[in-house]
Amino acid sequence: MRLAGRVAAPVILLPVASAAVAQSIPSKFNLPPPVTPIGAQIYDLHNLMLIICLVIFVAVFGVMFWAVFRHRKSRGAVAANFHENTSVEIAWTIIPVFILLGMAWPATKTVLDMKNTADPDITIKATGYQWKWGYDYLQGEGQGIRFVSNLSTPRDQIEGAAPKGEHYLLEVDNPLVVPVGKRIRVLTTANDVIHSWWVPAFGVKQDAIPGFIRDAWFRADTEGVYRGNCAELCGRDHGFMPVEVHVVSQQAYTEWVARQLAAGAASDTGATAQGATPVPAAPTEGAAQSAPANAAPAGN
Amino acid sequence: MAAVTPDQLHDHHHGPTGLMRWITTTNHKDIGTMYLIFAFVMFLSGGVLALTIRAELFQPGLQIVQPEFFNQLTTMHGLVMIFGAIMPAFVGFANWQIPLMIGASDMAFARMNNWSFWLLPPAAILLIGSFFVPGGATAAGWTMYAPLSVQMGIGQDMAIFAVHIMGVSSIMGAINIVVTVLNMRAPGMKLMKMPLFCWAWLITAYLLIAVMPVLAGAVTMVLTDRHFGTSFFNAAGGGDPVMYQHIFWFFGHPEVYIMILPAFGIISHIIPTFARKPLFGYASMVYALAAIAILSFSVWAHHMFTTGMPAVGQLFFMYATMLIAVPTGVKVFNWTATMWRGSMSFEPPMLWAVGFILVFTIGGFTGLIVAVAPIDIQVQDTYYVVAHFHYVLVAGSLFALFGGAYYWLPKWTGHMPDERLGKIHFWCSMVFFNIAFFPMHFLGLAGMPRRIPDYALQFADFNMLATIGAFGFGLSQLIFIVVAVKCVRGGAKASARAWEGADGLEWTVPSPAPYHTFEEAPVVR
Ligand code: HEM
Ligand SMILES: [Cu+2]
Ligand SMILES: [Cu+2]
Repeated sequence: MRLAGRVAAPVILLPVASAAVAQSIPSKFNLPPPVTPIGAQIYDLHNLMLIICLVIFVAVFGVMFWAVFRHRKSRGAVAANFHENTSVEIAWTIIPVFILLGMAWPATKTVLDMKNTADPDITIKATGYQWKWGYDYLQGEGQGIRFVSNLSTPRDQIEGAAPKGEHYLLEVDNPLVVPVGKRIRVLTTANDVIHSWWVPAFGVKQDAIPGFIRDAWFRADTEGVYRGNCAELCGRDHGFMPVEVHVVSQQAYTEWVARQLAAGAASDTGATAQGATPVPAAPTEGAAQSAPANAAPAGN
Repeated sequence: MAAVTPDQLHDHHHGPTGLMRWITTTNHKDIGTMYLIFAFVMFLSGGVLALTIRAELFQPGLQIVQPEFFNQLTTMHGLVMIFGAIMPAFVGFANWQIPLMIGASDMAFARMNNWSFWLLPPAAILLIGSFFVPGGATAAGWTMYAPLSVQMGIGQDMAIFAVHIMGVSSIMGAINIVVTVLNMRAPGMKLMKMPLFCWAWLITAYLLIAVMPVLAGAVTMVLTDRHFGTSFFNAAGGGDPVMYQHIFWFFGHPEVYIMILPAFGIISHIIPTFARKPLFGYASMVYALAAIAILSFSVWAHHMFTTGMPAVGQLFFMYATMLIAVPTGVKVFNWTATMWRGSMSFEPPMLWAVGFILVFTIGGFTGLIVAVAPIDIQVQDTYYVVAHFHYVLVAGSLFALFGGAYYWLPKWTGHMPDERLGKIHFWCSMVFFNIAFFPMHFLGLAGMPRRIPDYALQFADFNMLATIGAFGFGLSQLIFIVVAVKCVRGGAKASARAWEGADGLEWTVPSPAPYHTFEEAPVVR
């Protein structure tokens, strides 16, 4: 029982420790600061798990390294001969089950929350193309807006001919724009191969699967610019199809929508509104250089 | 335990010599040696691919390779390491050690054994050769997800055939091991007295037989989608791309246990030997192996949380995956208890074994963390996962393989491996491994996706560190070549029981083990 006791005791202190450490870890070493309720839950869940694991790790390897340093032949240690102990073995089978239950409980709540995509304020379809994202505002304020979002980092920066900008590889020509504090439902699909729409600060990563529609949701509570990447290997320029989301005030959003709809009626550039026509393939300058829109897939 | 028959003392060996000896051999020791050499060559090739990847990732921007080729490198690195290095290496150990440990004269199907090895070089040539065909090697990732793999060039077909051949080889090897272990044990060696390495391999062999055909099915469907107009994974034709992932991971998750259970077996021999104390909880070790194997069939979709399963699906696979931590924990606790109040010494095999437990456990913990579906959704397909699986594959499987190699080299060669070099090899590997892979956890958490040739500036410092570590790790492996060659050539003579605390039938035959051993079965009491 001694070993088991050592493992179990510190676990009780966990919730306290978890809250304390969560605040102090700089984000270079941890998940980016979350801006959605789901993101926050994931962040806390990860901190909790990390701390439980660390405590168990220290306990187990404390015992092991004690043995490593003390029970050495060179220090004259004489080997004992025990080789089983049913109660200890049962204890270290059962206790972990309870620890796992403690982990599974909050995780289950988060899963159910993530999966509840009902009642969105705005529904946006994100379509993965090799290698760019297309966005269609399907429902809610902004309905009818559709555009293509391409990497805007110039080729020169990638090849080292020009100094790299601050948002190197994480910037696009036409970012997704959403209002703060609204439930946004993202439908994902793809045109060619599987991609994955991912914004770390939102806690959303949803594969975009050709021929199928999947969904996820987020409610960003802080205005700002949030960046992510395609997170499923999708061929040559998989590393070059970022996601950039601008979370703006309700007023700014309304203005943006008006501008888009007006521009859409008149032009056919990257930001095109309406119409049953397929998403225009015409990319803007920078992107055309780094991720040719209509290039043949790699290796074909 | 056992008597050595006079015959065994003479190395008598009739039949072809030179190259033909190796091509026609049916001797488990020859075949084991060939497996081990093959695996090491593939390990070095896969390592070169990895270092090219790391060189490109040293700095942001594209410097050394273009994105297409980068994707070929990651794909081939994964395939070569898994199917070329780790799996064959364990089969090599099985060939050498299982007959010696259960007191059998050879493997049950000696000719099939020859065949299962000689399938591997053609498969390797197909795989590596695909770099040189038009379009290059497949760049769809070692997971070969459809429909991306359907887009690839002829290199994909070559990889598919290579996987078919390696699969056939693994299945034959596995059948051989099952039959050998079940039928050829020395009189008196009951199943529950069998060395743990044999138990681990018995269970692994069943896993192989169960899942290699599944993989063959998955890649064959990709092949027919590519060339014969089927639409298994094409929604436009009524198929489903996600179905590929279900089939692949039904193979893929048991596959990761195929690569770790034999490692558990090896460690369970090394620790008691150098603690000079019997293994703690033998029976629970066996049950834990079996539990892990059985559970491994019901967790595959934890690789697919981001595909968008229904909540019930996510919850089921999350709970099932978390459960695997229990038997895995039992193993770590048992090893710790074996060391507790032992009389330990730290020759190279023990260093690798203790190192294994330490770093493998880190990989086990990150495994538990990614089992939690919401967290996994955040870190899936990021460097966090790259860190996780290298902690279990490199620091797990590979460290155990090195530990096992240092442990049994005296039996294989008759000489003790150079202790000083062995220790240097271990410490360099351990330090550089962590420099290379620990920062990847941070990269992944901070949001660096995997399988990308270029990255945002915020990831620059850790990538630089990882590359330095990777080169250090890669170069450290060259030390092993020196150790192995020196050990074959000469060195301190090994006695039959090369290590003071070693126990088991293999230590009752002379070192090096004669060409034929246990022609008359020993009796185990
Ligand atoms: C010298 C040691 C090694 C280094 C430096 C190394 C490095 C890497 C790197 C940089 C990647 C690419 C990550 C990405 O872009 O997604 C990778 C992927 C991978 N590695 Fe290693 N690795 C090493 C050894 C091994 C070993 C021994 C295995 C054993 C099985 C292994 C298995 C894999 C697998 C399965 C992948 C995934 C491939 C894919 O994404 O399709 N690696 N490794
Ligand atoms: Cu992608
Ligand atoms: Cu798995």
